[in-house]
Amino acid sequence: MDSLVGERRITYDARGLAEPHAEAPRVAEIEGSAARFDAKDLTTRQINLELRRLLYELGVTDVTVENPGAKHSLAVGILTRCRITFEGSLGYFGCGLGDGPEIHVKGRVGWSSCENMMSGVVVIDSNAGSLTAAAIRGGDVVVKGQVGARTGIDQKGGTVIVLGDAGSMTGFMMQRGRQIICGDVGPGLGDSMYEGTLYVGGKVKSLGIDCVPGEWTAADTELIERKFRIYGLGSPPELQKFVCGKALYNYDNLEPSERKLVL
Amino acid sequence: MCGIAGIIYRNGNGGRPLGADMTRMLQSMKHRGPDSTGYALYGPASDLVLVRFTLADANDPRDFEFTERLERHRAEVEARMRELGAQIMNIEFDTEYAFRAALRYDGDLKRLADYLEDVPGCEVLSLGKSLEIVKDLGDAESVADQYGLGKFEGTHAIGHVRMATESDVDISGAHPYWAYPFSDVAVVHNGQLTNYFHWKRRLERAGNRFNSECDSEIIAVYLAEKLAAGATLEDAMHQSLDELDGVFTYVCVTEDALGVAKDELAAKPLVLYESDDLVALASEEIAIRAVIDHEIETYDPYERQVLVWTR
Repeated sequence: MDSLVGERRITYDARGLAEPHAEAPRVAEIEGSAARFDAKDLTTRQINLELRRLLYELGVTDVTVENPGAKHSLAVGILTRCRITFEGSLGYFGCGLGDGPEIHVKGRVGWSSCENMMSGVVVIDSNAGSLTAAAIRGGDVVVKGQVGARTGIDQKGGTVIVLGDAGSMTGFMMQRGRQIICGDVGPGLGDSMYEGTLYVGGKVKSLGIDCVPGEWTAADTELIERKFRIYGLGSPPELQKFVCGKALYNYDNLEPSERKLVL
Repeated sequence: MCGIAGIIYRNGNGGRPLGADMTRMLQSMKHRGPDSTGYALYGPASDLVLVRFTLADANDPRDFEFTERLERHRAEVEARMRELGAQIMNIEFDTEYAFRAALRYDGDLKRLADYLEDVPGCEVLSLGKSLEIVKDLGDAESVADQYGLGKFEGTHAIGHVRMATESDVDISGAHPYWAYPFSDVAVVHNGQLTNYFHWKRRLERAGNRFNSECDSEIIAVYLAEKLAAGATLEDAMHQSLDELDGVFTYVCVTEDALGVAKDELAAKPLVLYESDDLVALASEEIAIRAVIDHEIETYDPYERQVLVWTR
């Protein structure tokens, strides 16, 4: 329990960097290409260092982390194809900045999980906080519970699937990619979105500025069925489609230098 | 940024290690606010009125007659208590400037608070039959050590770790805020209120006093006014969603209830855990996990949600 509190054990250097001299604790039990370790008594930085040691130095491709204890910033910046399983909940900023890993969280995640993900898969068995999948460029994020507000804010690619409800401003300023929300969504769905597609199974409290119902095509059906099949989510519910109305588009197609020539 | 936390034991009989639990919750969120830490704790109800007051701030300059002045002001406070007909059963101090008095008093609480605060440097942190507000500079463990909170037993509590953004780092700027002059009500808040001056002027005209420049003090006094007018805690909190402007998640506690409200943008975090014997909530799950050893199911409430639990 003391390890969960942890603050007293974390040291900071003069610049405010946390645990500048931490080293990988080398506690994992390794069996071939799989490894497992208990994070209960480790600090955030020790857990991340151990993950990196296993994945980058020892060539392990399947890591299981026990007792993550809702610590923040775990499995951030993993840039290799691998499988990571967390047997518990994560705190804020979990699984962010990833490129390649397939992560399974057997619990919930806090705010800003999977932010800025480039590629890979994150499956979350329970709920997620606000700002889930913020600014992702690729990969799939599957949340089997509910998510908070502003899911996929500034999303630039990839797919977010939520089996439960979503909060306000879902898909805020979305630029590309897809979100499939099976439950209800809060007010301001797709507010100020540029591109991309939002699918909603339940009730929409209100649409955001310039978010409009879209026309359903065969490609939508195929995409959704394929994603549900891949993650074993059963048959998808009946969904409504929402896209950008493009009424706010005021882009000049010409570069400034070109404009001088034309005008 | 700030971190807030609350815990209420259902079917509570007052025998839970409340002070130790809240300290663990707040210490795990130290990174959200290292400037000051505050507690609003509810011990077993008594028929005495408990007054927590300070006579100086923690970072007031210690000039030549500092101690002598404190002594003089303390004598003045005690004299004024007696003058209003209060019988002082006990008065003790945890630091040289923070006191806890137990009074036998059945008069008007506003009159008592106003008269005591008329003594130079005096600030009444809390007044009530079971509410005790303790706040000071530093992290949760140092405040808990200083005030001996590890042994505090009770039914429910809220706490706050502060990263000062809107006003000074001092005790009067620290949370929780007592809902002056309403007995046994306190509030902690994470966020900023943008119609602070509007409400401050309005509440001041109605005869309320503000000790700090901190926007969060508004919420406590605002709710107290509604409660005094006969509203239930839940109704008062619902009204606050329309009348308070800005981003906020706040937790309000009364003698037997704990309520939480979120603004319409859901801009500030809150994680909730409910079980048969307790409800715990905090800005981050790690604070809840500091008092519950096993994996738990938690969720984030949505925008404009008001939730109230009774013990």
